[in-house]
Amino acid sequence: MTDTSVVHRELLTVDQLQIAPSRRHREVIIRYGLLLTALVSVLVSTLIVWSLVREAWTFITGVVWADTWGQQGWFPRRGLYDIPTIVVPSLIVTGIAMVVAGPLGLGAAVYLAEYANRKTRAWLKPALEILAGIPSVVLGFFALTWIAPNLVGRIGKTTFLVLGAVILLGYAVISAGMARSKIKQYREGTADPSARIGAVASIATLVVVFALGLAWILNVWLEFAPNNAGSLAAAGIGVGILTIPLVASISEDAMAAVPDSLREASAGLGARKMTTATTVVLPAAISGIVAAFIVAVSRAIGETMVVFMAGGAADAARFTDDPFEGGLTMTAAMASLASGTDSVVGEGLTFQSLYFVGLLLFLITLSLNIVASRFVSKVREAY
Amino acid sequence: MISRLSDDRSRAAIAASIERRRVDTRGLLFKTILQSCLLITLALLAVLLVTVVMDSTDQLGTRLWDFLQGTLRSRSEDDRLGIHQGMYGSLWIAIIVAVLAFPIGIGAAVYLEEYAPRNRFTSFIEVNIRNLAGVPSVVYGLLGLALLLNGQIFGLDRLTGGSSALSGGITLAILVLPIVVITSGEAFRAVPIELREGAYGVGATRWEMIRTQVLPYAAPGILTGTLLSMARAVGEAAPLILVGAISGRLGDNPGLFDISALTDQFTALPIVITSWTVQSGRDVGFTAAAAAAIVVLLVFVLMMNSAAILLRNRFEKKRG
Repeated sequence: MTDTSVVHRELLTVDQLQIAPSRRHREVIIRYGLLLTALVSVLVSTLIVWSLVREAWTFITGVVWADTWGQQGWFPRRGLYDIPTIVVPSLIVTGIAMVVAGPLGLGAAVYLAEYANRKTRAWLKPALEILAGIPSVVLGFFALTWIAPNLVGRIGKTTFLVLGAVILLGYAVISAGMARSKIKQYREGTADPSARIGAVASIATLVVVFALGLAWILNVWLEFAPNNAGSLAAAGIGVGILTIPLVASISEDAMAAVPDSLREASAGLGARKMTTATTVVLPAAISGIVAAFIVAVSRAIGETMVVFMAGGAADAARFTDDPFEGGLTMTAAMASLASGTDSVVGEGLTFQSLYFVGLLLFLITLSLNIVASRFVSKVREAY
Repeated sequence: MISRLSDDRSRAAIAASIERRRVDTRGLLFKTILQSCLLITLALLAVLLVTVVMDSTDQLGTRLWDFLQGTLRSRSEDDRLGIHQGMYGSLWIAIIVAVLAFPIGIGAAVYLEEYAPRNRFTSFIEVNIRNLAGVPSVVYGLLGLALLLNGQIFGLDRLTGGSSALSGGITLAILVLPIVVITSGEAFRAVPIELREGAYGVGATRWEMIRTQVLPYAAPGILTGTLLSMARAVGEAAPLILVGAISGRLGDNPGLFDISALTDQFTALPIVITSWTVQSGRDVGFTAAAAAAIVVLLVFVLMMNSAAILLRNRFEKKRG
């Protein structure tokens, strides 16, 4: 009889257990090759930031800052870069888009998540996905040729007044509630002087915002002129339609992540379906819904083609805060400057102004997206 | 309490109030409002499609073949008006996106899901990719302008020929890269652990396991992601405007697979649509032309999108 260890050594050695060197080398090569492809994204972000900052820096150091505030408008080829002229229309378009996409998207999401049965969902969700896949140039065409004459031109004035009044009333109700609780806190003897200043300051802000909103709505309403061509309102509605599927799908995901045990507990306590949806599911999914709205705002600010085609402005524009007039958003300003001639030329800093606006846009959307992903990760932690 | 409950009259009242069939008016109203949100959305989609198709009949109904063969013209009544150059540019852009973005994107997803150690650097790359996906498309156009046209970095403009189909394709490939990585990564995460362990159990190396188990299982998911990102790239216009796609006069089409033409001036379907829509203010006939070009673009984009949706639904059902 031979020793067992000898037998084992004859059958199998450590060398034989190792994989062949060629196989091992291939593993290493593939691993590092794949690492390189993953690093491409880091390279891309570096290049984006670098190219934006480089040209924008030339603009920031070279521009006459007196020409960037309170001038007649945005005339990049003449060296007039009035920043409010392109920022205010961006805010108007985004606001209108959210007024359209917020309720429609959220309502659709609640219906899909809480009411629709399997069969209805099976064709409703693909329909929404089709809408999500429609290119923005198509929405731009639609906004200019259908929304502008039919929605904005015909019923624009009344709709604007009614919607504006509803939104302002809602704002007033909410702020009155907040003010009451502040006053109550103060009366109940929170003698902290900073609390008093805070209460006064926040009430003052609420009143000022309300007054400004009311003045803006009345001003626009009084100066309304029917406009079948492009306008900020038409572009805003177009952008809103574009962002409905985004709001709907992210909010629906958030509501689908709410565990059924919560719904069952609510039903067990005798709550109706509507009560369950509004007092249990919506609060539980609130951070995902907030994230959906923030992502939609970020998308709306960055949307280019709809505002370029239906916003109703050429590559230079005077300042406007009237949604029924043509205006130039940040993105449309970039696109029209680039499409005006074959190459972006002009006096001095015209080309650099493109990158300055781009950097501004990049920073706004990046911070919105970071805030949104914070909210999303909150949902994941909870359940 | 007990004495009151035992009272016959109140017992009857309680029974009646429980058994009475009540209509939940508020609940019904709520449901109707929710339904109308969906209906309004779908109605807008329907109006959009109908408007576009109706407007397009002037071109597509009467001169479909000429329209597909024609080129960019300054007047809408021109007999030779058409979208041939646009389709040509979009086709090449799609090819460049497929060649550049798909291998790099899928490779990055394989690395991040299968190889990368769970450390700070990996999560930095992942956060970076998520943030890239949220960058507005027009900013990618600025990158293309700086990188590929003005040659500020690496002198790449000599390679791309400045404003060319190659520049447009590379810019859009960079644009869809994060989408490809994210959707492929989701497909890899769905691969069951048993498949991996089985492959390791019979002595496969990591790459052999990925090649024989993970990639085949994730293939439908990857295909869905690539189809969606291709549809996105073909429909995108803003970055192309920034890298100087032509909307006015453009030379005649070169042969379909003439590689040297890649570095010449170019246009693409979304650019043609934009240009004609903007010009419709001065020449109404361009409305029909733009609508017709949209119909052609939508046929391609919606085909890719619905193929992706069908594919995904099919495999979701199959795998439960």
